[in-house]
Amino acid sequence: MANKTSELKTIWYFVGIILIIMGGLVFLSGIVQLVAPPLTKTILSELYPAIWWGGLMMIVGLIYFLTNKNKIVD
Amino acid sequence: MQTLNLSLFDWLIIAVYFVFVVGIGYYLRRFMGSKEDFFEAGRRNSAWVAGIAFVSANLGSLEILGWTGGTMKYGMFVSHFYWIGAIPAMIFLGLYMMPFYYSSKIHSIPGYLLLRFDEKTRLLNAFSFGIMTILMSGINLYLMALVFYVVLGWDLHLSIWISAAVIGMYITLGGLLSAIFTEIVQFFLIWFGLFLISILGIIDLGGLDTILSGLPDRLGSLWATAGHASANEMGVSWLGIVLGLGFVLSFGYWTTDFLLVQRAFSAKNLDAARKTPIYASFFKMALPFIVVVGGLVAWKLQDLGQIELLPHPSSGEPWNDTALPVLIARYFPPGLIGLGITALLAGFMAGQAGNVSAFNTVWTYDIYRVLFKKDATDEHLIWVGRVTTVVGVFLSILTAYAAMQFSTIMDYIQAIFSWVNAPLFATMLLGMFWKRATSAGAFWGLIAGMASSFYMFIGIKFAWLNPALLTFSQNPSEMSHNLWRAWWAWLICFSLTVVISLFTKPKAESELVGLVKGLTEKVSLQSVPFYRKPGFVAIIALLIFAILNIYFW
Repeated sequence: MANKTSELKTIWYFVGIILIIMGGLVFLSGIVQLVAPPLTKTILSELYPAIWWGGLMMIVGLIYFLTNKNKIVD
Repeated sequence: MQTLNLSLFDWLIIAVYFVFVVGIGYYLRRFMGSKEDFFEAGRRNSAWVAGIAFVSANLGSLEILGWTGGTMKYGMFVSHFYWIGAIPAMIFLGLYMMPFYYSSKIHSIPGYLLLRFDEKTRLLNAFSFGIMTILMSGINLYLMALVFYVVLGWDLHLSIWISAAVIGMYITLGGLLSAIFTEIVQFFLIWFGLFLISILGIIDLGGLDTILSGLPDRLGSLWATAGHASANEMGVSWLGIVLGLGFVLSFGYWTTDFLLVQRAFSAKNLDAARKTPIYASFFKMALPFIVVVGGLVAWKLQDLGQIELLPHPSSGEPWNDTALPVLIARYFPPGLIGLGITALLAGFMAGQAGNVSAFNTVWTYDIYRVLFKKDATDEHLIWVGRVTTVVGVFLSILTAYAAMQFSTIMDYIQAIFSWVNAPLFATMLLGMFWKRATSAGAFWGLIAGMASSFYMFIGIKFAWLNPALLTFSQNPSEMSHNLWRAWWAWLICFSLTVVISLFTKPKAESELVGLVKGLTEKVSLQSVPFYRKPGFVAIIALLIFAILNIYFW
């Protein structure tokens, strides 16, 4: 991998982007449920899975994004 | 009928996915300069990229939903399809077969058959693979639409046309590279979208050990009940598992199905191509932690009366394939529901895209160029590849509508793999490892293997044949039929190829250099550290494979 930006970006860069966006949306939905709890609750909703799972997705996505943003495919 | 209501966040996540995959296709369009770029992703991928794409091409949602539901019926036995039914074959492909495939610079599996045998064997395989691929693609499309109709109430026609249009768009734009990019994205979405179900299910039911210990013996073990076919729900003994699944079906599928092997062809060099299926084996081994654990959680919850599967729209019976969506409804709040649905959509679409990209390569290289335009330029072949993509998508839609009208077509489709891939594995094995195998032997052996497999299927279906004769069991399941039929088809193809080869003239050794063991130069890996050599990585994979089998014995 060389450091150029006008060539083909590595797939891991795109993986990073999609995980950040989707993780962000999941995380945000978890915050909304925390602030305004829905009337119908799912099983184990007291664990707030959307918050920590969305957060985990964002962290993994950020790692992929930052480590690959300047890389291109040979 | 509808179980899941989507919120704004869920719709946003689904919309982001659609925009993203079409955007990737548009972005990759500028890199499609040569036919190698379009059909082989430029042969520039690392072993990790090709490896994840390799396992993802097999990881359609049909498989995930089907095997989660299958676990409710067969229990831990489903893990055999992920472990003995995959890992040895993937490692064999990487260590022993890939050097012949990759070094001969072929574009497809039929391409190897041309070099090793002759044109008619190549065309036979190209046509059978093309038909199989389109049928599988159409059935996938129909089942995807059916699942979303049952689970979300989405219109069947709209689901079929929108997803087919999106797939057609990004493959037409970015070729195989586009398919591989979306397969990798799909891999991450499936893990992030569905693994959480297993985690929450295990927490909900008090731990994995509690779930396993609560299962009846017939469902709860991997090998302990394989001594006799009547001791497990699959109705198959260890011999059927080892011969039918572990050897013939598994090796036939993982080492000769071009849909998968095409991903390894996209690797940047032989070393990466050999590691592609070996790296993929690690991910394959991990999948039961989504599929089987999800199925066991669903079984336990159903046993406790805490969930109810959705009815099949035709039969009205509880439909096992809805187990995973029912678990999504139980555990996932808004936002996560969108992620789970997107994971299923991504799995369906990537599976479709895999079929379409393999079809356009085989059609363009092995049928169109052979029969219609031998001197086609790169530009012309890319144009044909793009047109073939659109045609392939339309044929898939037609197959999907045919499946909608004739529900029995589904039964036949399930058996296609054993018609095409099982005998083909015998042909490839003899072709690569026995220089005496002749073109006549390969062609007639393959025809006999495919025809006998088809005859056995039809014979049992219409009661002309007693299944006990084929399966050595008085009460074999449909799955047992598949495993044993694959074994007999392989044996017939193998034996006939050997016999005919002994009576016909083989090719000169000079024509077989690089195609057959013993006539191919060995790859020197002396400069590579031992821990990066394919053999060492394969040993690690086999060790994990052995530990998993012993632990869940």
